[in-house]
Amino acid sequence: MPESRPTPAASGWDRPWLFGSLGLAVVLLLWQLVTAAGWVDPLFLPSPAAVLAAGRAQFEQGLLVRDAMASIGRVLAGFSLSAAVALPLGIAMGSSRLICQLLEPLLGLVRYMPAPAFIPLLIIWFGLGELPKVLLIFIGTLFFNTLMIMDAVKFVPSELQETALTLGGNRAQLLMRVVAPCIAPQVIDAYRINMAAAWNLVIVAELVAATEGLGKRISLAQRFLRTDEIFMGLIAIGLIGLAIDLGFRLLLRRSCRWAT
Amino acid sequence: MHLSVSAVSKRYGRGGGARTVLEDIRFDLRSGEFVALVGSSGSGKSTLLRLVAGLERPSEGAILIDGERVRGPGHDRGMVFQKYSLYPWLTAAENVAFGMRLQRRPRREVRERTAYFLDVVGLGDAAQRLPRELSGGMQQRIAIARTLAADPRVLLLDEPFGALDLQIRESMQEFLHQLWRTTGLTVLLITHDLEEALLLAQRVHILAPNPGRIVRTVEAELDRSDLARLRLSPGFLALREELAQTLRRLDAAAEEPRGSVA
Repeated sequence: MPESRPTPAASGWDRPWLFGSLGLAVVLLLWQLVTAAGWVDPLFLPSPAAVLAAGRAQFEQGLLVRDAMASIGRVLAGFSLSAAVALPLGIAMGSSRLICQLLEPLLGLVRYMPAPAFIPLLIIWFGLGELPKVLLIFIGTLFFNTLMIMDAVKFVPSELQETALTLGGNRAQLLMRVVAPCIAPQVIDAYRINMAAAWNLVIVAELVAATEGLGKRISLAQRFLRTDEIFMGLIAIGLIGLAIDLGFRLLLRRSCRWAT
Repeated sequence: MHLSVSAVSKRYGRGGGARTVLEDIRFDLRSGEFVALVGSSGSGKSTLLRLVAGLERPSEGAILIDGERVRGPGHDRGMVFQKYSLYPWLTAAENVAFGMRLQRRPRREVRERTAYFLDVVGLGDAAQRLPRELSGGMQQRIAIARTLAADPRVLLLDEPFGALDLQIRESMQEFLHQLWRTTGLTVLLITHDLEEALLLAQRVHILAPNPGRIVRTVEAELDRSDLARLRLSPGFLALREELAQTLRRLDAAAEEPRGSVA
């Protein structure tokens, strides 16, 4: 009677990696080809080797690690704050119609205000230190996190909740033993998706005002026409973002095997 | 145990837009009995079961268990839904143990009762599987085991086999019948399937739609030693056909006034 499921490891998992690497390799190859042939001024498009050299130089001076740590630190601080506030808020909005009616119009409105537009205000209020950058990430991800968690809670099947009640469960148990495990995969996925936004925002914040950080490095490089350093910064940002994304995917696969 | 549904009505909405779903429902259910409520869609039969489970409150009348009014859901009235009610993140065994854990029973007892009820539903081997790795019929058996393990005084079944293929449904009916005979369960079954109701229940209430009300009660005193043969026996078929005609008449009567307006 049980249907046998094909294990995804063999067919579904290896190949995406293969094709993904292929796509990447083609772009790298084109890049190398174009720069080696001298079709483009290196000032506009440096060669892969030059970018690599710029990366090595910055790494050896300790700049790369310091910048990366600064940016990652801001993202982690702002996003952790946002995640920690969004979780109870989203659950409250998803499970109580009253709270939802109270807050949804507000959140719907603020959600459409672009977070970078808050930068001038944040600078006036909190100066040029770390706080406004952390708060920018907090503001820029809080509403998406909250609304996505709210949606996850709203879609917890009523049968699952009512079953718990007819098995003798109380409201607190319903929350901890039905709602929480049921929404866990969507919450992790919401965090994964919105983490990309946090990563964008930290760069924007650093472009405006910072002494260190990957975004700051890029804006400094522009001032000295160091295109190689700009590329290096972009690639570093991309790689760190990808690593965080993969981390969330791994977490999802490890902790919610039933949902994958 | 004595479940008494007395003069229960259920309305949704207020004033002119109010819709009566159930009207003046009365019936009783005592320990060890198997009672079925049969009706087509719109007869409010699922609502009635939800009222008994305490998931909703009646607008009028009262539902009493041993003289005490039902005020909310509790494990004394275990419910099995039509589908999708196993916790997908828990194994079959963890699902069966779920109610007992909610009730904070001792670990040892939970372990023993889980193994026992998995055996009762014939799925001891599937203990460590996740629901998605089980067929629809197996999932429903686990759901029944989970409800039984929580120690209900009455088992409420809401179209428990409605989502299953015909053949599996028949074997599940056989299974439920054996379970009832061997364990002395008290069962209240909701179904739209007359055959299922007559086959399994000692008493069958027929619900008419719009608003839902009991229009006929049949004491089905049948020889249930062989369900497969009973399904095909002339007496059974005649009774089933007679009641089917009643249901069809009720449905037609309920639709007519609306049909003429449209």
